[in-house]
Amino acid sequence: MNQPPLNAISHFRHIRRANTQHRVRIMAVLFACLLAGVLLTLMLGQSFTPLTTVLRILGGAEVPGAGFTVRELRLPRAVVSVLVGACFGLGGIAFQTMLRNPLASPDIIGISTGASTGAVFAIVVLSLSGPAVSMVAIAAGLGVALLIYTLSWRQGVTGGRLILIGIGLAAMLQSITAYLLMRAPSWTLQEALRWLTGSVNGVQLDQALPLLIALLLFGGLLLSRHRDLETLRMGDDLAAGLGVRLAVTRVIVVITAVALVAFATAVSGPVAFVAFLSGPIAARLMGRNGSLLMPAALVGALLVLLGDYAGQFLLPARYPVGIVTGVLGAPYLLYLILRDNKTRGSL
Amino acid sequence: MSACSLLAQGLVAGYGERTILYDVNLSVPAGQTTAIVGANACGKSTLLRVLSRLLTPSQGSVLLEGNAIHQLPTRHLAQQLGFLPQSPIAPEGISVLELVSRGRHPHQGLFKRWSSADEVAVADALAATHLSELAERHMDELSGGQRQRVWIAMALAQQTKVLLLDEPTTFLDINHQIDVLDLLTDLNRQRGTTIVMVLHELNLAARYADQLVAMANGKVYAAGPPGEILTEQMVREVFGLESRVIEDPVTGKPMMIPIGRHGGIHTANAPCSQHKKAPCFG
Ligand SMILES: Nc1ncnc2c1ncn2[C@@H]1O[C@H](COP(=O)(O)OP(=O)(O)O)[C@@H](O)[C@H]1O
Ligand SMILES: [Mg+2]
Repeated sequence: MNQPPLNAISHFRHIRRANTQHRVRIMAVLFACLLAGVLLTLMLGQSFTPLTTVLRILGGAEVPGAGFTVRELRLPRAVVSVLVGACFGLGGIAFQTMLRNPLASPDIIGISTGASTGAVFAIVVLSLSGPAVSMVAIAAGLGVALLIYTLSWRQGVTGGRLILIGIGLAAMLQSITAYLLMRAPSWTLQEALRWLTGSVNGVQLDQALPLLIALLLFGGLLLSRHRDLETLRMGDDLAAGLGVRLAVTRVIVVITAVALVAFATAVSGPVAFVAFLSGPIAARLMGRNGSLLMPAALVGALLVLLGDYAGQFLLPARYPVGIVTGVLGAPYLLYLILRDNKTRGSL
Repeated sequence: MSACSLLAQGLVAGYGERTILYDVNLSVPAGQTTAIVGANACGKSTLLRVLSRLLTPSQGSVLLEGNAIHQLPTRHLAQQLGFLPQSPIAPEGISVLELVSRGRHPHQGLFKRWSSADEVAVADALAATHLSELAERHMDELSGGQRQRVWIAMALAQQTKVLLLDEPTTFLDINHQIDVLDLLTDLNRQRGTTIVMVLHELNLAARYADQLVAMANGKVYAAGPPGEILTEQMVREVFGLESRVIEDPVTGKPMMIPIGRHGGIHTANAPCSQHKKAPCFG
């Protein structure tokens, strides 16, 4: 137990730096992909708009025809997709990390579904619109989180019971949403699909601002807890022994994650499996030495952006983004359930 | 007489309606090694959880150097008292270096970056546990003994004055058990760390501890130097086992030899050792 040799210290410093550089590099690549993706979806569609024209339009120039397509149709869609995806990605990885189980994602355990039910209820029954819908969605999301927690409490909460109860609640809430949708017969199929599987059809740019504020506020708060969240991965007892205030951390994580998911859901509906997939994909890309919050947000944004583009233009018919991401997520869900029967799963 | 580090007074604690600890009083001398022994489910882990503030007692208090631990700020407590639970979970895909670095959590603030003190503490902990070469390995690639050393390294990196360990040697081969206990003894002798550990193996507890605490039915049955505590009567009353206690020829500490129902049959087995050709059993 003497002083460690200096070369050991610098060796470990080197390992640590290499890991940080690796992480930064992957996040930079993800960010570049996202930027490229946004520009591409602004250029491509029913018609092709050259990059220079897109940039001129973004700069405020009036271009007949293309100006409308890019500014009114493609831009809101791209911006909202990115914001919604980042919210879902953050909300998902926060829950998955805190509960140490990839199945504990808000879209699996009924929190997104609850927020969606709340949003539909606000629109159909309460005739609300705008931010008020988001508020009802958040209240519903928090309510569902509280309900799951209460129902699975039996001298402490175990992950398995919480997840099963959440899946059950999700199914119930889904049918409530469907029932509420049937009371609004004037709605189109597209509109109904938004609240059932998620869609960014017909979104407006003014819907982006509340999303951006929510992302900065709640995402920022969540990011400020990244170290506590990482320490929670070692189990509650060890984390508490290392000075993590369990109750405070849990409350902050649950509130921020539910708010992120609910704000996104109020705009796009519960885009299937984005929250569920983003974290594990980020973990594959980054390795697990360090926080996955930022990478999961980037992956989520990419998933929604590209999923929506694929649903519009790459498939034989037009599908809302939730159907595309749903098809991507379902096999992974099956894989996890099968694997969890053999081993105890974690990220 | 050394000063008291941890002092538990009149602890009553349990889970929900169920009381597990009844009026536990315990004083842990500073700079010494205390080993807690007792039959399964007598409340050893529960006591350790109360001492480390993971469980709040319904009555009584725990003082750390005179301050009630339930009133200390969490981070402050974690800088002074480390706890290693019985079977800690290693997050999937985490490297040894990363895991040991988590031990620095209580020393880092919201905005405080990784410091050179953190660097030294981690390198130090890895060197002390002979893990420097394995720093980049993943936890899932290590043997049970190595993994246990990583957990201890994490606790070392925390650099606390007091370290509580719940059965740090369970599931290890005997050579690794000795390894871990020697390591903890080094820590105690060279840094003066106060160590409190639950041990399964009575003879190892008597050998490595300065103070032996025998628990039975949620109470402290007896506490003191192993020579006074490890007696045939204690083993009978705490473990319900007939035994012989002799002097360990290696250390001079007491050593317990269980008798059991077949303890007296050495005469019946005697031909065995002479019958070198024929196996004893089938
Ligand atoms: N989290 C818990 N909830 C309820 N009962 C528990 C819990 N942990 C331990 N117990 C019970 O408390 C008793 C004492 O357990 P414990 O302190 O772990 O014993 P030991 O470590 O001495 O084997 C046991 O009967 C056990 O079943
Ligand atoms: Mg125990």
